[in-house]
Amino acid sequence: MAIHMTGRNGGIGGAGALTAVLAAGLVLAAFAAAALASGKTAGLAVGAAAALHLVLLARALLRPSATPSAATAILLATVVYGAGALALHSRFAAFPGSGLVGLAILHVTVLTAARQWRTLRKAPPSAMIGLAVTFAYAMIAALAPLLAPYPEAAIVGSEYEPWGADFVLGTDNLGRDMLSRLIFATRNTISIAAVATALGFAAGAAAGLLAATIGGWIDTAMGRVVDILMAIPQLIFALLILTIVGTSITSLVLVIAVVDATRVFRLVRAVSMNVLALEFVEAARLRGEGLLWIIRREVLPNITAPLIVEFGIRFCFVFLFISSLSFLGLGIQPPTADWGSMVRENAALIVYGDITPLLPAGAIAVLAVAINLAVDWFLHTSSGLKE
Amino acid sequence: MKTILMLIAKRAALGVATLLVVSLILFLGVELLPGDVAQAILGQDASPDNVANLRRELGLDLPPAQRYLDWLGGVLHGDFGRSLATGREISSLIGPRILNTLFLAGFAAAIAVPLALGLGVLAAVYRNSVFDRVVNIGALGSISIPEFFLCYVLILWLSVNLGIFPSISNISADLSLAERAFRTVLPALALTIGVLAYMMRMTRAAITNLLARPYIQMARLKGASPGSVIVRHALPNAFAPIINVVALSLAHLVVGVVVVEVIFVYPGVGQLLVDSVARRDVTVVQSCSLFFALTYVLLNLIADILAIATNPRLLHPR
Repeated sequence: MAIHMTGRNGGIGGAGALTAVLAAGLVLAAFAAAALASGKTAGLAVGAAAALHLVLLARALLRPSATPSAATAILLATVVYGAGALALHSRFAAFPGSGLVGLAILHVTVLTAARQWRTLRKAPPSAMIGLAVTFAYAMIAALAPLLAPYPEAAIVGSEYEPWGADFVLGTDNLGRDMLSRLIFATRNTISIAAVATALGFAAGAAAGLLAATIGGWIDTAMGRVVDILMAIPQLIFALLILTIVGTSITSLVLVIAVVDATRVFRLVRAVSMNVLALEFVEAARLRGEGLLWIIRREVLPNITAPLIVEFGIRFCFVFLFISSLSFLGLGIQPPTADWGSMVRENAALIVYGDITPLLPAGAIAVLAVAINLAVDWFLHTSSGLKE
Repeated sequence: MKTILMLIAKRAALGVATLLVVSLILFLGVELLPGDVAQAILGQDASPDNVANLRRELGLDLPPAQRYLDWLGGVLHGDFGRSLATGREISSLIGPRILNTLFLAGFAAAIAVPLALGLGVLAAVYRNSVFDRVVNIGALGSISIPEFFLCYVLILWLSVNLGIFPSISNISADLSLAERAFRTVLPALALTIGVLAYMMRMTRAAITNLLARPYIQMARLKGASPGSVIVRHALPNAFAPIINVVALSLAHLVVGVVVVEVIFVYPGVGQLLVDSVARRDVTVVQSCSLFFALTYVLLNLIADILAIATNPRLLHPR
């Protein structure tokens, strides 16, 4: 291990990491320049995001524990992505923000893969497929405006045109390109689901950790509130709240976050209770460590695996839920493309034996299966390591 | 025996308390609505006198606590108040629909429960076989696939391509039971598939959990066939968790009805709920939500009580 560590600190690794960061900086600078050309605010936003990304990447690659293979992988990914951006420079120049997000997702994925390579290499094919499909969806979501042949809400043909050369998957009930809307729906549904899941997860996890660590009447009170919220079926609760506050993306995200937080609270409280009963927590308490210290340094590192699994399952649940609400006409409102509402809008075609309306529903199902496959494997390995 | 009655009574009391709090939340939901219910019924250009009259008629001038008790008392007598959008009595709107929804959910349960238990037992008997794998994949699929996808696939396959069942289930009160059941087959099938895999997997898990027990080994050693070990020795002891799973699945099924009813244009409470949400008809949404919450809480309560009642450790305390 010690020998390995010195190898990591060696000159070759450092130079490789520097090259990788420089290459990433070059591509990011190009995106920022393109954004600046289209407008001052856009340029500033993309520029700031690019700078932030570069700083984070440099921190990850240049720190002593970073492996040379991570730097090589990042360099390779950046070069391939940059070459793609250069080849399609007209589209990338039009949407530099999307290009930046795409690169960020690629970098995070490559970096995580390089770090966890030992575990990843032994993953069964089903998990590999799940991870690859999830990654593909993330990239499609990030690069939606670059990939879509037509704008999101533009009427480009007559209604219900069949599949053909102009419109690969035909047009929808208003004459909008089906393929483009599918691609934009990927971005809309995934980003809204991600925001809602993250909010609900953060709130639920924080409340669960606090309840478990503090205990006493605070724990009991929080538990009761959650019990009551969970006694109302989720869909019914969401419908009631959306009736009262009206349907908008903000209210949708908040309602889902609240509904979701209750489930996360239960799980996080239960798993942290198990950790809190152990001796090292007792020792930390006797040492006089504060509440936040105990949560951050003793509890959190020991419950990461179930938390990651829960996040995957919650995310799945949330975008299925959003799709159901949108399908009922109460979620994401038109003309914003969304998988659920696309099924609803084009459902009339089913009666004629046309499978086009099933495509968005299929897109949901494929992503949900993929995430479940990946989560199943992760659950398996993380529990296997503990035993 | 005394402890178990105490436990059941405690759980039932908790259930009633939950129902009260849920009804309070539903009541407050309407209270929080900006604007005035009387104004909303009469429209913007109603004279202040008319609004004041209606307010008095509806009891809106009373304090909220009094109105909550009145509303709760009304609900207990089957009086849900009036619709904001049409001014009609909600009970006449929702009454027949409750029967329709219960019919659909009951129909689906009548298919799903025996099928799930049978297939679950088979999966336990033929563990790690191809059949078992298929069950596992099916379970994964059924939690991943949105309900509406399933419904449309069923419509495409059984209604459009094969032409066996109607794609729209329009039910009216004067239909014969057979005709009614025939028109409800597709939505019932969609609901069935939605809960089937989960129930099946849980049945299998409940049985396989017991297979490491000494008495199962004893049964094997005395030469009982694998099927008889499972059905005669393991299954009776797995009833408690299985009953629990069935009750929970039924609770999911009653709520899952909402999407399915909308797709098949089935005149149930779910469809009314969705239509009313779109119209922002809050009082109707309140009543429909109350129905769903009530069913959900009751089924959960039954699940818990059965779990307590069938637990041998509680039945025969040391």
